[in-house]
Amino acid sequence: MQTTLSPPAPVENASAALPALGTVRLTVNGTAKTLQIAPWTTLLDALREYLNLTGTKKGCDHGQCGACTVLINGKRINSCLTLAVMHDDHEITSIEGLANADGSLHPLQTAFVDHDAFQCGYCTPGQICSAVGLMNEGQAKSEADVRELMSGNICRCGAYPHIVDAVTEVMGIEKQA
Amino acid sequence: MTYIGQPVKRVEGADKVTGKAKYAAEFNVPDLTYGYVVSSALVKGKITSIDTSEALALPGVLEVFTHENRPKTAWFDMNYKDMDAPPGSPFRPLHDEKIKYSGQPIALVVAETFELARYAASLVKATYEQEAHETDLEAHLAEARDPAVGVASLLKPPPPKPRGNADMAMMAADVSIKARHVHGPQHHNPMEMFATTVEYGKEDKDGKPYLTIYDKTQGAYNSQLYVAQIFDLPFSHVRVISPYVGGGFGSGLRPQYQLFLAVMASKALKRSVRVTLTRQQMFTFGHRPNTVQEVELGASSDGTITAIKHDAKAATSQFEDYTEVVVNWTGMLYDVPDTTLTYKLKPLDIYSPLDMRAPGGVTGDHAIETAIDALAYELGMDPVELRLKNYSEKNWTEGDKPYSSKELRACFYQGAERFGWKERNPEPRSMKRGHNLVGWGMATGIWDAGRLFARAEAILTVNGKLRVSSATADIGTGTYTIMTQIAADTLGMPIEDVIFKLGDTEMPLAPFQGGSMTISTVGSAVKQVCEDLGKKLLKLAGKDAKSPFYDANWKDVTFFDGELRLKKDPHVSMKLVDIVALNGGRAVSETSTSMPNPLVSGKYSKHTHSAAFVEVEVDEDLGTVTVKRAVTAVAGGRIMNPRTARSQIIGGMVWGISSALQEDSKMDHNYGRFMNHNLAEYHVPVCADIHDLDVIFVEEHDDIVNPLGAKGLGEIGIVGMPAAIANAVFHATGKRIYDLPITIDRVLY
Repeated sequence: MQTTLSPPAPVENASAALPALGTVRLTVNGTAKTLQIAPWTTLLDALREYLNLTGTKKGCDHGQCGACTVLINGKRINSCLTLAVMHDDHEITSIEGLANADGSLHPLQTAFVDHDAFQCGYCTPGQICSAVGLMNEGQAKSEADVRELMSGNICRCGAYPHIVDAVTEVMGIEKQA
Repeated sequence: MTYIGQPVKRVEGADKVTGKAKYAAEFNVPDLTYGYVVSSALVKGKITSIDTSEALALPGVLEVFTHENRPKTAWFDMNYKDMDAPPGSPFRPLHDEKIKYSGQPIALVVAETFELARYAASLVKATYEQEAHETDLEAHLAEARDPAVGVASLLKPPPPKPRGNADMAMMAADVSIKARHVHGPQHHNPMEMFATTVEYGKEDKDGKPYLTIYDKTQGAYNSQLYVAQIFDLPFSHVRVISPYVGGGFGSGLRPQYQLFLAVMASKALKRSVRVTLTRQQMFTFGHRPNTVQEVELGASSDGTITAIKHDAKAATSQFEDYTEVVVNWTGMLYDVPDTTLTYKLKPLDIYSPLDMRAPGGVTGDHAIETAIDALAYELGMDPVELRLKNYSEKNWTEGDKPYSSKELRACFYQGAERFGWKERNPEPRSMKRGHNLVGWGMATGIWDAGRLFARAEAILTVNGKLRVSSATADIGTGTYTIMTQIAADTLGMPIEDVIFKLGDTEMPLAPFQGGSMTISTVGSAVKQVCEDLGKKLLKLAGKDAKSPFYDANWKDVTFFDGELRLKKDPHVSMKLVDIVALNGGRAVSETSTSMPNPLVSGKYSKHTHSAAFVEVEVDEDLGTVTVKRAVTAVAGGRIMNPRTARSQIIGGMVWGISSALQEDSKMDHNYGRFMNHNLAEYHVPVCADIHDLDVIFVEEHDDIVNPLGAKGLGEIGIVGMPAAIANAVFHATGKRIYDLPITIDRVLY
C-alpha cells in the first residue's frame, strides 16, 4: 500500500512565496535594536537567535508552558505566540533586563535564590517575568491567588511550593496556616 | 567553619535567575546553521520515496539529509552503543528506508535560519509502504518473555530466583489479596527540549574536524563516546560541553537523535549546526514503559506476611531490551520465605523505553504498597503497624546482606507524628470536608544508594583560590553547590574562594548523572582529590627543614580558615596562599580517582528509604482528586545541604502526584502514535495543583555507602507517593483504584 502522509506544499511555487526580510525595531530592556528578519520570526526566536538574549527560554513553542514569558509594556506575554514585527515601539523586558543597572538583583530574583525556587533553572526566567506581570496586574491577594495566577508557567522540577514562597514574600502576602 | 550540612544557597543561583546560565541551544556560535527534523507519520513499514526537491529549491536551504544521501557512519552496532545502552541493536537515525516507530526522524533540513529550516521541513514529502504494527501491550501479554542480559544488568539485576513455594503458602494463608495494576507510558518532558549546537572547528591533516559540541545530556563523556565511535573521530577532536541542563529525569542518560543529526550535518557541510527538537518530537524517543503487574499477598491472621507473588510485564522496542528493576523492591521491603518475583518484556513497535525518575522503583512500589494497604484492611490492621510487623532487617534478594543503614522505622514514626496519623479513623468514607470526601493514605518508598567510579581535579591557584572539576552534571540536583561545600570543608577554605566546574569532557571522567549516585560517586571523588591536594600542600609546606611542618604527618594537621594548622597547636599555621607561593609561582594541582571498595561495601545492601503520608480530597460528583497535604520522611544518610535536599524531595513528591493523578502518554493503537504529544494534553502539575508538602529527614548514620555518609535523593521522593495517594483515595471513597493515573473517569466509574 502506498501512502503519502506529509502535508501538501502550502503554495504552488514555494520559493517565490518566501517572505522578504524586513526591518524591525525592538526596544528590549531599554535598548533600541534594529533587526533584518523575516516577518514569520516569533518574538521568542528574535530574542534568542537574533539578539542572543537567551535568558528567555523555549519550552514548547506553543504557548503551553510559559518558559518564554516576557513583559511587553509591563504585561506578561508568551513570546512564542507573538511575532517580532508586532512589537515595533513596544517596551520589551526580558529576564536580562530585570536586575538593576548596578547588577543588584530584582527582589523576585533574590527571593527565588533565597527560597530555592528552582532546580534546573530552565523555567525560572519565565516564572520570574510572569511573577512581575502578576504583581503589575494587582489581582493576586492571597497565596491561593498566586498559585492560580502562576499556573501558566510549568516547572517540571516541581519547585512550586518554593515559587509560591518566593512570590508571596515579595508581594507581602501572609502564608496560609 | 563547615559548610556540609548547612543550607548553602545554590552557587549558580544568580546565573539562573538572571538568564546568564547557558543551555545547549544557547551558545553563540558564529556562522551558525539550523537543522529541523522531519518525523515519520508512519509507525511501521518503509519509505518508498522521499522528495526533497521543493525544500532544496529554497534559497538558504543548504541540504536535506535523508537515508538516501546521508554520509557514511560506523557499520557495527557496537559503535552505536552508549554507556546506558540496553542489550540489543541501538536505533540509527536515517540509517535506511525502514520505519520502526511513529515519529522516527526521516530527514534533517539544514538552512541558514531557523525559520527557513522549519518551513522547508514542511515541504519534504515521503511516501511509505505500510506494514501491520503492534503497540498494544495488554493485547499481547501472553507473548512476554525473559529479557536479554547484558552489561546494563549489572546496575539492574534481574529478579531473584523464586524461593520457597509461594503458591502453597498462599493457599495456606489465613488472609490473602490479589490485584492487577496497569499504568500507561510516561514521557520525561524536561522543560528544555533536546538540543545540540555543534561548533565546527579546524581540521587536522587528515581532514578530520575538531568539534565543540554543546549538548543536552546527563553525561558529557557519554555523548563524546557516542560521537567519536559513530563518526570515526579521535576523542581529542570531540569536546562535549554541558554546564547547564534544563531538566533530565533520565531523558539525558542516552544521547538522543538530535546529537547524531547535528554532528552528521556539521561534518558533511563543514559548518556549525544547531538542532533543537520540538515539544512533539520530545515524545519520539524514550519513555517510562507501560507495565501490567499482578500482586498476590498471603498473611496469617496476626499480620505476618507468609506469601508474596509479584509479576510485572513491560513493553520494550523491537530493537532493544530495555529493562528496569520493578519487582525486586518487594523482596527488599518484605523478607518473606515463600516469594516469587517475575519480570518479563514484550517487544512492540515503539522506541526503546528509557530510565525515568526512579525507573521501575516507582512502578513496582505502587503495586506492592497498594497491595499492602489492601491487606491491612483485610486484616483489620493499621497500615503502618502492618509494615512495622513485616519490617525487613536484611535484603534476601542480594543474598541476605544486611542494610548498610536503614532508618525506615524512624521514617514511619516521625512521618506519622508530623502528619497526625494517629487521628485516622480507618473506616473508608468516614471523613468529609464540606462537599468533599477526605482520605489519608501512606506507603513506603525505597531506592538504591549506589556508587560508581569517578575522577576529579583540584587546583590551588597562586591567588589562593581552589578550582575543582569533574565532568559530572547538574540537572538541577545541586551538584555545583554540594561539590563546592565538600571542597571548601575538606581544605578548610571559605566557600567564596572555591569554584566547582562540571559538564566538559576536558575535565576528569565522571559517569552520567543518574540513579541518585552523584553525591556518592562524584562527592567522594571531590573529597578524595581535595585530601590528596592537601597532602601535596603539606609536603610543600614542610619542604624546608626550618618549617614547623617539616616532620608533620597528615594525621597531625588540619585545614581551617584558609590555613594549614598543626592539630596539637593550632597557632602553628601557614596560609594556603603562602604554601602555593613555595611552588615557584605555579599553581598546585592534583587529580584523583575514587571508587567503592567492593570488599567492604559489597557486604552490604545500600538503599534509601522513605515513608509517604498523604491527604486527598475527592469530589465524587466531579471525580476530581486533590492532594491537600503530604509529608514524606526520608532516610537518606547524611544530608549535605538541607535546602537543595528539600527541593529534591519536594520535586520528587510533585512527580509522585503527577504520576498518580495526571501523567499518561495516550497511544492510539490504530496509528501506533502518542496522541497527546504536547504540554497541553500531556498533563503535568501546575502551581494550582500543588498544596502543602512537607519533608522530614530522619537521622541516619552510614559509614559504608561512601566516605561522606550521604545517599542520593533524586529518586526517593517520588517512589512512595503514587501508592500513598491511591491508598488515600481508597480511604476517602471506599473504592480501590488499581490503575494509574487516577483520573476522573476512574474515580467516577
